[in-house]
This record gives sequence, structure tokens and C-alpha cells, in this order.
Amino acid sequence: MDELIKILKEIHPDVDYDTNKKLIDGKVLDSFDIITLISEINDTFDVAIPAEEIIPENFNSAESLWELISRLAED
Amino acid sequence: MLFTSLGFIIFTALLIAVYYAVPIKYRWVILLVFSMIFYAFAGLSGFIFMGTTIITSYIAARLIQKAYDRRDAYLASEQGKALTKDEKKAYRAKCKSRARRVLVPALVINFGILALLKYILAGRILEGLPFLSGAAIVLPMGISFYTFQTMGYIIDVYRAKVSAEKNILKTALFTSYFPLTVQGPISDYRYLTATLYTPEPFSAKNIMSGLERVLWGYFKKLVIADRLAAAVSTVIGSPAQYTGAYALFGMILYAAQLYADFTGGIDITIGLSEMLGVRVQENFNRPYFSKNITEYWRRWHISLGEWFKEYMFYPISVSKPMLKLSKKARSAFGDSVGKRIPVYVSTAAVWLTTGIWHGRGLNFAVWGLLNCVIILISQELMPLYGRFHGRLPGLKRTCGYRAFECVRTVFILSSLRMLDCYRNVPLTFRMFAGIFTEGRYRELVRGGFLELGLTGADFAAALAGVLIVFAVSMMQRKGGIRERLAEKKHGFTLQAILCAIIIVTILIFGAYGEGYDQSRFIYNQF
Repeated sequence: MDELIKILKEIHPDVDYDTNKKLIDGKVLDSFDIITLISEINDTFDVAIPAEEIIPENFNSAESLWELISRLAED
Repeated sequence: MLFTSLGFIIFTALLIAVYYAVPIKYRWVILLVFSMIFYAFAGLSGFIFMGTTIITSYIAARLIQKAYDRRDAYLASEQGKALTKDEKKAYRAKCKSRARRVLVPALVINFGILALLKYILAGRILEGLPFLSGAAIVLPMGISFYTFQTMGYIIDVYRAKVSAEKNILKTALFTSYFPLTVQGPISDYRYLTATLYTPEPFSAKNIMSGLERVLWGYFKKLVIADRLAAAVSTVIGSPAQYTGAYALFGMILYAAQLYADFTGGIDITIGLSEMLGVRVQENFNRPYFSKNITEYWRRWHISLGEWFKEYMFYPISVSKPMLKLSKKARSAFGDSVGKRIPVYVSTAAVWLTTGIWHGRGLNFAVWGLLNCVIILISQELMPLYGRFHGRLPGLKRTCGYRAFECVRTVFILSSLRMLDCYRNVPLTFRMFAGIFTEGRYRELVRGGFLELGLTGADFAAALAGVLIVFAVSMMQRKGGIRERLAEKKHGFTLQAILCAIIIVTILIFGAYGEGYDQSRFIYNQF
């Protein structure tokens, strides 16, 4: 999780990822950020996030994103 | 059948009468029948292509669903449960690949038809085919819109976001629902079918609110768009004659015409659907108030942008080859360049396709790529803007700066739209440069604008219309006007009065009847 927060902080240093649960709905992350994020996650965790998983529910918070990474790693 | 024709008004009145006369569970059948009648007015040949889309998408969706159902049943069985984790993973991958073998041909057939008709045969005379001899191929109405919408549906089934529809007639309705075939919005399957197949029950509120929206659409189309059309086509039609200030004036008029035309048409679509108890997603969010081009594209023709993002931008960006390319680029050129590769390549691909979607001319491809370049440059300049605003912290919040941002966005977009107007790349660049070098501003202001096919009264009516639209847009910042009106004490009566005022205004100031051509919506051609 700390690694993920580090990646997110590189994209938007000013966001509090512990409390912000509306990263997509609140328009904090745009499509460019999402792609950068997915590429970084692929590099760091060796997990490929497919296009169909790019939905607000999976990207709205660091927590939900971490759950997605764990689920995909598990699969 | 044009939305602005008397025939359409009679057609709609008849539909509403029949629609609400039958029980709610059969209303979708009425919509299907009327959609088919509406489509038949646009030419019977279109049925062949729409029929192909309906049948192929129905079969593809059902086959994909069957593969997934079989997979789930197997994995839930004792035999499936006994598989190891890796075996399960391999089995799932095999099923997915089976589904892909159904999806890909369906996409190829449908996008193939679209490409064939729109880019290869469109406008050409077919001499070889006896039944078409001497006839130019006419693009079937709404083919771009319904193809994108239906392909979105089967991709969603492939992604297991939705279940395949079992009734082919319902798939036919989703594809052919007539208000959407004119110029979209390209609707999401889940959102649209939630009320298309099972509409909301009759309510006077829906009828009144929908009628208001429809009339507002007619106001934009008839008072502004169709009136300005004459002046815009005069300026564009004679580029050698109308240079400098005239080109700039044409560009401004086109910005107003296109906005009124496209948003007006969508207002009619959404309003009419509301009257039928069907919810259609919004396609605009006051786009001319955008601070930059990126924001503008999130607020203009939202459904097309969403479609490309969902089904093209993300899949390309996160595809294995792209991630590999990004990795290689990182090791070769460093992190900063490497991580930009997927974004740059996907953005370029999306914008080139968006350009081509609009038409087959080189002008559209250039239009798409210029949009892409501007968006990427803005993205790269973000840190610079950040530093600039860091030094002048209050500037961003001033009304003057906000207005500057909106005007800048509209100017850039209108400049790009000149490619759509002149449809010739070198000519467009010459006309654009002429705005700054040719002058003629005094000539235009001193009466030149009255020689473009519109009288002073016409310009005054259009300007008043634009100001009303602007005022309404400003009021919409605090939420929907219709909703606020409905909440008031005599809300229904107030809404009825508003409808009457709009009708009278359209009858007095609308551009229709003798001396005006009934024109179809600009986006109908795409």
C-alpha cells in the first residue's frame, strides 16, 4: 500500500490519499493520470490492469485501487 | 423526416397518443414500430445495414454470453471446483479467447460496413450494379451513431459489464430508437435500456418538462441556427471574396450556429424521450464556458468522447504492447519520456480516429491531429501555468481572467473548425492567416455584414437569441431551470406559460417557411 501511495503522490503530491474517496468522481485523476498510474503499477507490482477494470469504483480511492491490485495479483 | 418538419410534429403527437394508450409493458414495442417507420422515411436501403447491425450484434452478444454462462457453470461444478488456481486461470483465459473470436468478427463486420459506406463508396456513382445504376450511395441515416452505440454494447457484454439481451426485438429497439439516430447521443447500454425497455409511467411532470426541453431545442435550431446558416454558407462558399474580417465573422457565426444546431437537436432528443418516460444521457455541459480545450472536450459531445475513452483510449493505453513500449522507452530515454509514450500514442490514435469519424477528407484528419497537439502541449505546459499562477495567486479567481479563458477556448476551437467549414487544408490555413493580414474590418462593420444574405433584423433576432441562450447558460450554473421552476408554488402553470412564450417566440422569430430552406442537423451528416 505504501508503494501505491508513493506512486499516487508522484502524480498529485497535494492530494491526501488516506481521506480522499472521490479521486474519479471528484475529478482529481483525469484519463492521462490513470494511464500513468496503470503503467507505474505494471512496473512496480507486475500487475496488468485491463481496460474493463478502469471504472470509477476501482479508482476512486487508494484503498479500492489497492483492492483491485490485490485481486488481479491473486487471479 | 426532419425534426423541424410538420410531419415530424404530427408523427410525434401520434406516437405519444398511441404510446400512452397501451399498457406500460408493451410500450417498447410501440417505440420499435415508430422507430422503424421513422427510419423508413429516411430510405428503405438503410434497413439492410441497420438490420445487419441488429442481427450480428444480437448473435455476437448471445454467443459471448453463452460462453461465459458455460464457464461459470463449469467453475461452480464439482469438476470445476477441483481445478487448481492455475488451471482455473487457464480455463478462464480460454473462455475469454473464445468470446474474443466472436467479438472481433462482429466488430469487423459492423465497422467494415461503416468504413465502406462512409469512406469508400459515399457519394460515388455505382455503375456496375444494375439496381443501383446511376445512383449515388447515400449514407444511411445515423449509421455512425447507431454503429458506435451497438458496438459499445457488445464490447460491454464481452467485458461482462452487462448481460446479453435475449429478445432480438429489444436489441433492434436499442439500435434503432429513432430520436438517437439523428445525431446521438451515443448511449450507454445500461443507462438507456433501464428506461427504454421499461419506461417510467405516464406523468404530467415528464410531459411538461420534456415539452419545455423540446421547445427550447426548437428555439435554438429555428431562431439561431437556421437563421445564421445563410450567412455562414455565403462566407464559406466564396472564400476568395470573403477574406480577413469576413472569415473571422463567419467563424464566430459558425460557432453560434453549430452550438445552437447540435445542442438544439439534442434538446429535442432528450426532451422527447423524457415525454416518453425514457432517460437519455446529457451530451453537453455548457461547453463554451470551458477553461481549456481538454475541459471543452469533456463538455461537448460528451457521448462521443466517452465512447472513444472507454473503447479506444484506455484499451490502447493499457495494452500489453503499449506497456512494453513504455518500459523500453523508459530504459532508453528515462522515466520522464517513457511514461508519456502510452498517453501520447493513445491520444494521437483517438484524435486521428475522431477526425476520421467526422468525414473522409484530409481536413478532418488534420483537425483531429491539431486537437491532439493542442491538448498535449497544454498538458506539458501545466507546470509552467502552475508556476505562473503561483506568482499571481488571485488572478485565476477574477472574472476577467475566467472570461479570457473562455474566449481563448472558443477562439482556438473556432479556428480549428475552419477546417470543417472550408474542407481544404491549405485554403483553411490561408483564410486563418488572412484574419490577421487582410483587414477589411471597417468594411464589414460599415454594412458589409448586411450583404451576406441576412438583413439587419435577421442579425438582431439571432443576436437576441444568442443572448437569451447565454443568459440561460449563466442561470444553469445554479442547477436546471426547469427543475427550479417545477419546484415553485404554481410551478406547472409557470412551466405552461413558459412553453407558450417559447412557441410564440419561435412562430414570430423562427427561420422557417418561405425563403428558408428546411435544413437537417449539421451532425446528421457524420
